[in-house]
Amino acid sequence: MNCGQMEQDLIAYLDGKAAPAARRQVEQHLTACTACRERAMEFRALWSVLDEVPEISPSPSFDAAVRQRVAAESHRAALWGWLLPSPRLALAVTALLVVSVWLSSQRLTPQPVLVPAPQSIEAEFNMIQDLPVLEDYDVLASFDALAELPVQQTPAPQANSQR
Amino acid sequence: MARSDVQLMLDVKAGDDSSFDLLLRKYRSPLVNFLYRMVGDTGAAEDLAQEVFLRVYRARKQYAPSAKFTTWMFRIATNVALNERRDGRHRRLEVSIDQPADGGENDAPALEVADRNPGIEHELIARDRAAVIRRAVEALPEKQRAAVLLHKYQEMDYDEIARVLECSESALKSLLFRAYETLRTELAPLVEPGHAAKASLGAGK
Repeated sequence: MNCGQMEQDLIAYLDGKAAPAARRQVEQHLTACTACRERAMEFRALWSVLDEVPEISPSPSFDAAVRQRVAAESHRAALWGWLLPSPRLALAVTALLVVSVWLSSQRLTPQPVLVPAPQSIEAEFNMIQDLPVLEDYDVLASFDALAELPVQQTPAPQANSQR
Repeated sequence: MARSDVQLMLDVKAGDDSSFDLLLRKYRSPLVNFLYRMVGDTGAAEDLAQEVFLRVYRARKQYAPSAKFTTWMFRIATNVALNERRDGRHRRLEVSIDQPADGGENDAPALEVADRNPGIEHELIARDRAAVIRRAVEALPEKQRAAVLLHKYQEMDYDEIARVLECSESALKSLLFRAYETLRTELAPLVEPGHAAKASLGAGK
């Protein structure tokens, strides 16, 4: 056995839990190796030092606090047990809830509405001017010659046909 | 004949809450102390110990005695403590080396009291030593710390500790060796070679 192998066996040896073969090997190594012998003795001393840390006692209200939390848990479990007496029903209710929520969210989701982007009056006017159907209206509305003609002689359809 | 922990837990599973009370009385102190040494704060330790008992109770219906009850319980406790330290919900009161370990009611000037009463002086020295030891253990990496606490203070077997920490037995032995090696260095002034030499090797913890 070498010093590296002590990492696996020294603690068990000091605990008195090493297998007989391992124990003999550790003892042989400790006889030959001063550093490991020192380490082994200091580990034993260290364990005594660790015992110096006193234990603390749980507060007198500890048990009552645990019982209170457990009682609250039991109450909650009983309530759920009453509401949902079987796992299948619980699953069905959960599924129903999920579907309902999904459906309502589908309905409530606002459909995209084509809202014209805010534009200036001038831009709006230009857009209207570009529409071919209104182009004729503009021409006819500002065609002064038509206004001078007697109404009975020049019916509007003929004016249209002149264009 | 006293029922085993596993039997008590099976009785809890069957709806016998008085068995849970027996487990509570048996393990409240080991749990609170383990958690105190893990998180370094008494209030947090009690809170976490309550949480562990609550989790044990919650899991009663699914409980299957595949391992020792203590292995299962300390596994819950270790996870709770590690989560607690990571979350940092409870802030430990830092204790200076120059101050008594527990502060609060022990805030009296140490030297002045010690001059008047040698008994109190010894008490103060013991308390300071305990504070130094506690800090050295708390400074260990968390897995090493848990391993030391379960080995040294709970006196669990290696296979049990390995199951609690979810590692192999071989890895656990290395973990313990490294942890004690660190503590041996950190606490060198407290480890008296003379005292160690008197102790017979292989005599157990």
